[in-house]
Amino acid sequence: MPNTFTKIASVTVGSGGSSSLDFTSIPQTYTDLCLKISTRDNAASVQNNIIFKINGVTTSQSLRYLLGNGSGPSSVSDTPIYFASNANNSTSNTFSNIEVYIPNYASTSVNKSVSVDSVSENNATAAYAQLTAGLYASNTAITSISITGNGGSSFLQYSTATLYGIKNS
Amino acid sequence: MPSTYEPIATTTLGSSAASYTFTSIPQTYTDLILIAIPLATSNGQASYIRVGNGSIDSGSNYSMTALGGNGTSATSIRRTSATEYSVEYLPAADTTAKDIITVHFMSYSNTSVYKTFLSRSGNASYGTDTTVGLWRNTAAINQISVTSGAYATGSTFTLYGVKSA
Repeated sequence: MPNTFTKIASVTVGSGGSSSLDFTSIPQTYTDLCLKISTRDNAASVQNNIIFKINGVTTSQSLRYLLGNGSGPSSVSDTPIYFASNANNSTSNTFSNIEVYIPNYASTSVNKSVSVDSVSENNATAAYAQLTAGLYASNTAITSISITGNGGSSFLQYSTATLYGIKNS
Repeated sequence: MPSTYEPIATTTLGSSAASYTFTSIPQTYTDLILIAIPLATSNGQASYIRVGNGSIDSGSNYSMTALGGNGTSATSIRRTSATEYSVEYLPAADTTAKDIITVHFMSYSNTSVYKTFLSRSGNASYGTDTTVGLWRNTAAINQISVTSGAYATGSTFTLYGVKSA
């Protein structure tokens, strides 16, 4: 029986930093995609949002998320799809832990649902756990994914992202 | 490297149905992962899970704790001695936007322990939630049913097996 959780590509940021982590020419041969992300960016804050570009754009995206920060949980409806990451004022050496799951990414007949679990734990007062239901309201197949820091920030060294393909048979 | 994330069974509904059941689940994995992409025949239908050995258990042997957000507020509920494990308690699948439901069944074949579940679900039109569940039975799970008001044509259900070694 085949192993169906297969690495497609992986990106690790070097010492110079990077403004984005990109996956292009995504093969259309899997059923679902799973993206594992660990990031820290240079925004002057504890936490910064990561912007999720699909096929190069953030249009036709929406989300609803559930957010916990150690006090009262909250829920927000917004556009486009984004999620929390550690930023430069987080405790040193702490990085986000994020998983993005996209079923039926190669379909040309359905909108694409996106599920995201993200945390930015850093043993300090401010930290976030965020569960997100996202929608890319397009029946275009997903051929590229790019993540960027909000406000033009750059990802710092040792940030990583790995894209996996999953087959259901 | 061993093959540790293997498809056991998958189906895409060719016509509407109230539920789908996986049967004869092999006992050779450590955990199971269910990926469901349901599409509903009418708006606001939630899904729930039942499991069993030889037959599906619809007795009051399930409990769960859920945390969810609908885009405006966050809430949490608990259910005990329930007759099913609710993987979505927010209004969910609609006729145009598909949910994503992921359920982990830990140690499903272990006959010494009650079975625990961990699930995530979401739909950008309604909200997102996470749920932990318990089935108070030591029997190995070899059947899993997923039920809603009515799943529409095109809904997909896939079961994977995960090995720890």
